[in-house]
Amino acid sequence: MKQPPEPVQVVKERRDGALAALTESIPYAAFLGINFDRRGDELTAILPFSQMLIGNPYLPALHGGCTAAFLEVSAIVELGWTYLWDEIESGRIDASVLSPTTLPPLPKTIDITVDYLRAGLPRDGYARARIIRSGRRYASVRVEAWQDNRDRPYAQATGHFLMPKRDS
Amino acid sequence: MTSLTREEKTAVARQFTEALPHCKALGMQAYEIADGKAVISMDYDSRFIGDPQTGVIHGGAVSALMDTCAGAAVMSHEKAPNITATIDLRIDYMRPATPGQRITARATCYHVTRSVAFVRAVATDEDESRPVATATGTFTADHGLDALTAEGGK
Repeated sequence: MKQPPEPVQVVKERRDGALAALTESIPYAAFLGINFDRRGDELTAILPFSQMLIGNPYLPALHGGCTAAFLEVSAIVELGWTYLWDEIESGRIDASVLSPTTLPPLPKTIDITVDYLRAGLPRDGYARARIIRSGRRYASVRVEAWQDNRDRPYAQATGHFLMPKRDS
Repeated sequence: MTSLTREEKTAVARQFTEALPHCKALGMQAYEIADGKAVISMDYDSRFIGDPQTGVIHGGAVSALMDTCAGAAVMSHEKAPNITATIDLRIDYMRPATPGQRITARATCYHVTRSVAFVRAVATDEDESRPVATATGTFTADHGLDALTAEGGK
């Protein structure tokens, strides 16, 4: 017999809980003020503007370093989230006991190349990462960041990441 | 517009760098900034951690240090203008920085054309024999912009 569908509240709690555990496990993301918006399995990273992100006070413009960090955090969280999604949806990992300390290890950055396409304005930034290839050991991720207009990205990045060793 | 002397350029670059809000937030300290070379360091801080299970500093904080140091190297180059922006920056991570240790970046601006500056940088922790990360980047060297900001700043 067919199982009745899970109540939507249960589904949301599980997914939001897992995402919170993942994002709260990165102190530097919290330091910069990065948070994530979730629509199903799709994540959008948000970097709310704050004065301490400024790198050029004359224009003014965001510091290239915070933009690089924003893109790198987006890529790592996307990789961690994609792994976690399968684990919590299949029930292999119980999302209700996930915390920053019990989380599976995060991928490590091997290299990242950031293209600065236009000056980052003193306002909120958004980023989405796409996993181009994810193998057992290495992953390649592309990230794009924009501010007011989705079609006018202010930065993009490609990075390679070392995936943590899994038990299976 | 009269061009600045070497000492003035160095002072401008150092002051400029340490006063940038994002550099201040990360506690960056500029040392030598002259002749296309820059040395900038950043103390260990638990707020900059990327992975609490290891206590290792986030790559993004190292990127910010590398970007700042590379930019400072460009601004101190005799052929480059006093203002620059990153075009692209690639960072390779050789090993995790040892938790608790300060990170120091050394950048060299090794070539400047009429519009582009090329930079290499290395970051180490207190063990300077084994690099933590290396970077290569290109920066704008727009001399027209330099004149603009000099006028605008008055």
